[in-house]
Amino acid sequence: MARILVDADKCQGYGQCCYEAPAIFTLIDAPVTYVADVDESLRDDAERAADACPVQAITVE
Amino acid sequence: MGEVVIVGGGLGALRTAESLRSAGHSGPITVVGDELFPPYNRPPLSKDALLDGIDMARLEFRRRPSVDDVTWRLGRRVVAADLSSGTITLDDGTLLKADGLVVASGIRPRRLPLAGPAEGRFALRTAADAEQIRSRLTPGSHVLIMGAGFIGCEVAATARRLGCEVTVVALDDEPMIRPLGAQVGAAMRRRHEREGVRFRLGHTIDSFHGDEQVRSASLSDGSELPADVVVEAVGSVTNTEWLDGNALDLSDGVLVDSAMRIVGSAMPAVAVGDVARHPNALFGNVPYRVEHWSIPTETGRRAGRTLAAQLSGDDPDTGPFTALPSFWSDQYDISLQSFGMPGLATRLEVVDGSLDEPCIIEYRDDDGLVGVVGIDRTSDLTGYRTRLQDRAIV
Repeated sequence: MARILVDADKCQGYGQCCYEAPAIFTLIDAPVTYVADVDESLRDDAERAADACPVQAITVE
Repeated sequence: MGEVVIVGGGLGALRTAESLRSAGHSGPITVVGDELFPPYNRPPLSKDALLDGIDMARLEFRRRPSVDDVTWRLGRRVVAADLSSGTITLDDGTLLKADGLVVASGIRPRRLPLAGPAEGRFALRTAADAEQIRSRLTPGSHVLIMGAGFIGCEVAATARRLGCEVTVVALDDEPMIRPLGAQVGAAMRRRHEREGVRFRLGHTIDSFHGDEQVRSASLSDGSELPADVVVEAVGSVTNTEWLDGNALDLSDGVLVDSAMRIVGSAMPAVAVGDVARHPNALFGNVPYRVEHWSIPTETGRRAGRTLAAQLSGDDPDTGPFTALPSFWSDQYDISLQSFGMPGLATRLEVVDGSLDEPCIIEYRDDDGLVGVVGIDRTSDLTGYRTRLQDRAIV
């Protein structure tokens, strides 16, 4: 399992994570909505999403 | 496994190091960076961090555990490189030997040789620059911004919020005209004007006046403007002088192929980020340098895989590079986001909303859509991203 954490104070709703990992992140309004615990097979997508976040609000554990 | 030296200590360096590790390179990696900080996020330097104060702990990028063993030589500058022998020379005389080289040396602000005092004139690139500028943005101070690109406009917005008197002087007809076009630039100008920013467009600054500290500036039309703080945001210069003498194409950054390999290099070498002039199959494979935030990550990811393959004797993936550039800008409460290369467009159309309100603007050339800009419409750009990604000429 990979654990996702989004810092709601940092998230500005840029939505870049939704493009990198659509199975995890959904943007309706800031802060983004997401699945907190995802299968290990989605770890790469989650890390790409964390890399792509302009305000670096995403942590993957 | 060979030794890799990464020249430059920003986001591109970090992402390339991480990519080298995930592609299986287990040899030593050394990063040489001329700033004192490990890689950190620069966009807030003209926005939140300039407004609220610079907190490096908040700006620093998280680094993956895979790069814990990377050697960081910070506060050191590379002054020369000999690619035929793999020798990198640092400013303290240290010689590093490399089997693989990553050029991530980025850009620096262009400075204009103008007469007058130097004290009070700043350019914004680093956290140290932002710290200095911030200390001068006191309420009521006269801030003169040279250049009406994104950085100039973002600093103008932040300085207004801090209570400064702000004037933007630029030769362009409208702010952000090259990336956004005249119509959208004009709409952004009106928003700035409503916030109290004054524009002197179509003008340049001839000289500064004051004793040691700048107090005023003379414009090309002979008028004079008060100026306690000058922020010069008139473009960038690539940091490639250290590569001179290696018979590389350094005419605008470092020319690379779709795998980010430096064209004409005598050793395995890649370039990433702002300094890399790279082809993109989404935009006709004409090599461009793209100073967008997403580019160090995208080029670094590709370059790390390429170099790891080269160092283990494998053929790198030479397939097309198809990363979609994206940028954003926050000015006051306006959030502007873009995908693609709107600057390449020959015409634009506002397709949803109107320019002085939340809207979406499509940018086209003769072959179709090249970019899209959303003003306060971030969550509505999803479909455009897919359409632009489908442009690839593979």
